[in-house]
Amino acid sequence: MKRSFLFLAALLLALAARAQLSIDLTTSGGRQIPIAIAPLAGESAQAQSVSGVVGADLSRTGLFRLVPANVSPIPTEPSEVNFADWAGKSADALVIGRLEPQPDGRIEVRFRLFDVTKQSQLASYTYLVTTAQLRATAHRIADVIYEKLTGDKGAFSTKIAYVAKRGTRYELQVADADGFNPQSVFASNEPIMSPAWSPDGSRLAYVSFDQKKPIVMVQNLAQGTTHAVAAFRGNNSAPAWAPDGRSLAVALSKDGLTQIYRIPATGGTAAERLTNSSGIDTQPAYSPDGQWIAFTSDRGGSPQIYKMPASGGAAQRLTFEGSYNVGPRFSPDGRFIVYVQRDGGRYRIVSQELSTNQVQVLTDGSFDDSPSYAPNGKMILYEAQAGGRGQLAAVSGDGRVRQRLTSAAGDIQDPAWGPMPTN
Amino acid sequence: MKNMVACALVALAAAGCAKDTTKAQIEDRSTAQPSTGTTQAPSTGSTTRPTTPDRVGGNPLTDPNSPLSKRSVYFDFDSNEVKDEYRGLLQAHARYIADQRQQHVRIEGNTDERGSREYNLALGQRRAEAVKRVMTVLGADGSRIETVSYGEEKPKSQGHDEAAWQENRRADIRYAGE
Repeated sequence: MKRSFLFLAALLLALAARAQLSIDLTTSGGRQIPIAIAPLAGESAQAQSVSGVVGADLSRTGLFRLVPANVSPIPTEPSEVNFADWAGKSADALVIGRLEPQPDGRIEVRFRLFDVTKQSQLASYTYLVTTAQLRATAHRIADVIYEKLTGDKGAFSTKIAYVAKRGTRYELQVADADGFNPQSVFASNEPIMSPAWSPDGSRLAYVSFDQKKPIVMVQNLAQGTTHAVAAFRGNNSAPAWAPDGRSLAVALSKDGLTQIYRIPATGGTAAERLTNSSGIDTQPAYSPDGQWIAFTSDRGGSPQIYKMPASGGAAQRLTFEGSYNVGPRFSPDGRFIVYVQRDGGRYRIVSQELSTNQVQVLTDGSFDDSPSYAPNGKMILYEAQAGGRGQLAAVSGDGRVRQRLTSAAGDIQDPAWGPMPTN
Repeated sequence: MKNMVACALVALAAAGCAKDTTKAQIEDRSTAQPSTGTTQAPSTGSTTRPTTPDRVGGNPLTDPNSPLSKRSVYFDFDSNEVKDEYRGLLQAHARYIADQRQQHVRIEGNTDERGSREYNLALGQRRAEAVKRVMTVLGADGSRIETVSYGEEKPKSQGHDEAAWQENRRADIRYAGE
């Protein structure tokens, strides 16, 4: 009991530290939408500041600039909005709303979004939720605002998975996209690697060393059930889900050097070999349409990225700049890949447009790894190592906005951004 | 007779190795005695010790005077070439495995922390494969040798400098039960 309390206290401290340090934002160029988010009436009585979470979500994308909502009284109804006030503060958009506790203990959350210039209402939503759902509701509000103002779907209600290492303890954690509410779904004293979300978000594949060697596991998150799907002789690693969720591409060394195979998502002993090279083939990634697999291979002497039909066959080299390009991931629209490129002694995340092969360096770290697209394609989550410790970081798809989600505790590895919620 | 068979095996395997990318240099050393003095620790000066206490007196696997107690092969950056200095050590292990028909062995490859974690896992695996290849060429039964990799996940040295990286670019020989 005492132990779990201590653990909880440590967790809260870690969260507090993250909350304080969370944003280290660099933006360059581009116009940001000035938006005023008025405190919602009644939210000060809650543990969670809904408007604060909405504001943090929006500003983290780098596409918004928060305009201070310092008017008195603060409007909560449309009739109380004086558009001239907000136009005078150069706000293009305004959010107002209120929280009303209901007799059954739940809370009614109402918000409205206005176009200040046109003096018109863009959205009005009401949610009936428990206090425990307030933070999730704030993310849904941010999704609505983001989509109304940018035209793209928001990804604030999504989950991320990553490996947190504390001393000799490894935890596979699932958290909200802003890093809050981390939950440990698997823990071990042996390394954990390469979490990968099933397309519907119900399962996580990952690599466990619990059997003293790498084995690919699939865990059903709702049921908590886990089974080994690739436990062949040698190494079993780098799981990637096919878009239909029925099979996985994995890297196996059962026949010697590491090669790529396809296995059923339910496991078993049938592994269909997809590559047949004299080098290392690993890190498969399916294109969103399921037609292609991009992967890392050093068949040409240095590790480079290739693509082949998803059923195997002739591979085509995609990368030509530099002597180390590894770990591809397709953008959700299939137009780009991101990967790790070594330049001198530094490892950075770059993106490459597949139609033009134009390469853009997205990050400026020394040991960046494990890029993972947000399901709306607008941000890329990655691991940034500093002082031998991994941290979560995110960069916009165009490289314009970069941020480190620094946390005081632990070493964060292999982040993976989950899919859009299905409901 | 035994020597002749080993000799033929080595010759066959060496021919196969010539076009191999691993560049492991194999020579016919099957008539040489296992050496005890040529195995060198890396320049960090560390030594590898067996993980289990010496239960049986005279167990060569744990006798510090036996080459079998030396278990680590160190690699250069970005390389899986097994250097000449490890030939004596690997020859001793290959002979031991050939003699001990029940003995199963695992070779565990490791890399330093630089680079992509998943690719490093495959690199460590190739280092383990390179060591296995030398040992099978020298007479060990490959079907009893499993190669696995820890990549950069289990660094022996926790540092972040060249000395630590050198220590971690390594393959370890581990016998079943250890």
